[in-house]
Amino acid sequence: MDTQKIVEFAKEIRKQTLFTIGNLGVGHIGGALSVVDVLALLYGKVMKIDPANPLWEERDMLVLSKGHAGPALYATLALKGFFPMEELTTLNQGGTNLPSHCDRTRTVGIDMTTGSLAQGFSAACGLAYARQLDAKEGYVYAIIGDGESQEGQVWEAAMFAAHYRLDHLIAFTDYNKMQIDGTTDEIMSLGDIEAKWKAFGWYTQRVDGHDVEALDRAVLAAQEHSGKPSMIIMDTIKGKGAFFCEGQVGSHSMSFDLAKANEAMARLG
Amino acid sequence: MATQEMRSVYVETLIALAERDERIMVCEADLMRAHGTTKFADRFPGRAVDVGVAEANLVGVSAGLSLGGKIPFAATFGCFASRRAFDQFFLSANYARLNVKLVGTDPGVTAAFNGGTHMPFEDVGLMRMVPGLTIFEPADPVSLRALMKQSASMWGCTYMRLPRKSVEPIYEEGEEFTLGKGKLLFDGDDVTIIAMGGLLVGEAIKAHEMLAEEGIDAALIDMHTVKPLDEELVLHHARKSGAVVTAENHQIAGGLGAAVANCLSCACPTPMRMVGIRDEFGQVGTQAWLQQHYRLTADEIVTQVKDVLNK
Repeated sequence: MDTQKIVEFAKEIRKQTLFTIGNLGVGHIGGALSVVDVLALLYGKVMKIDPANPLWEERDMLVLSKGHAGPALYATLALKGFFPMEELTTLNQGGTNLPSHCDRTRTVGIDMTTGSLAQGFSAACGLAYARQLDAKEGYVYAIIGDGESQEGQVWEAAMFAAHYRLDHLIAFTDYNKMQIDGTTDEIMSLGDIEAKWKAFGWYTQRVDGHDVEALDRAVLAAQEHSGKPSMIIMDTIKGKGAFFCEGQVGSHSMSFDLAKANEAMARLG
Repeated sequence: MATQEMRSVYVETLIALAERDERIMVCEADLMRAHGTTKFADRFPGRAVDVGVAEANLVGVSAGLSLGGKIPFAATFGCFASRRAFDQFFLSANYARLNVKLVGTDPGVTAAFNGGTHMPFEDVGLMRMVPGLTIFEPADPVSLRALMKQSASMWGCTYMRLPRKSVEPIYEEGEEFTLGKGKLLFDGDDVTIIAMGGLLVGEAIKAHEMLAEEGIDAALIDMHTVKPLDEELVLHHARKSGAVVTAENHQIAGGLGAAVANCLSCACPTPMRMVGIRDEFGQVGTQAWLQQHYRLTADEIVTQVKDVLNK
């Protein structure tokens, strides 16, 4: 892998995510920035996709179950050419194709509507089942949040995927250890999250979610592991890369203007 | 016409549909035996998915199956399909514009011995608030087959109320039905009875006979589809008869009565009475006892008809 290329792509996604939300003035910057590196890897290298044919039947699919990270995915899709970059200025404006939370009916390249936490994860499991039944070779990727993992439905879906041996389902937990009301340890501890997934019958790995080489190795290992769905726990930092909110609980949804976004973008180099 | 269990007809119809269309799937939450869909699972292994006791996941997985190009018929008791998994059906299936055929079994008092926890009097009311959703309750095996086939062949989510047990046959084989178009069983000039579901359409047929004996000429509509409501048919008969009585195995708030009242109050205000549950919870009892208790009977329909006609 050309690591440098993916690192550069991630930097560009970070910048465009900062721009998109800063241009609007408010948004879910923290949890968007914490998934940027995995998005860069997936869309920059791993996933079989065709921006010119976004509904290509044989493509890999991604369900961003933590739908509030939509702006990071929109930046990724725009940079890949799924739609014009200019659309990023329309985030959350009336009639936009880029709503706060992902909507498959509005945005080219968005595979599933998400936003009510845990629902996307069930859908990803159903999707993986359907594709397994059709003996499709591609993968279904899913990204869930750590706060999201407090939803019971995540664990209903976890049992389902393991029971039906959905080994073409590769999921990521964005373990940035923060949620709206505080740190996950303060609000509702996830305990030993990797052990939980293992106990639910998943093939688990734990990696630095901002190290694209480590992520890449984990995805390869997940693809090679058969008979079980995969959960890659990514240790991440909420607001990663934005000097004004990195590692801050308040970054879940916050206001900042374009001047601040520009400053953050400049600091990224 | 012999009586048939509705669940048997449901499964046979699914099998017939699945033989012609490989996208048809069954999705259940530990009620395969209750619904008889084990027969489908035997016939099409892999195309019947049991998610275990997990209704939120049932609906979420069904949405995912639809995203993967399948046509899932997801069934669970109506109380769980509506009250428990409402947000999943609302967002993952409907808002996401996918194609999930949700089936709520044991509607209203047909839940009988399972009692108040399992007795959906409000599922139609909840579902009517979902934009664009098609909601129907077939009254007998013939209409069940016909309406299920239409549900399978249309794009978009549907919600079907389905009693599991036998209901009295109403229609001859070959009778045609259209989702969104009420079925006029009897024409009449004095009053229009609009009923939904096997239980109340059956009672309404008895009521129609009782009224005829007293010289009251009632029209009777089997309004199998409560959404979209056949407003043309409702308005035509409201104008013609000048009085309407609705009958449903459901709360009158939010159900068929409310849908008809919505339509009439704006377009053609018409004296109305409603037979149905009146702001109450369910409870245990035989179906017959519950039917008497909640006054879901031919006698009650006759009483309400006379009341609206001031007789």
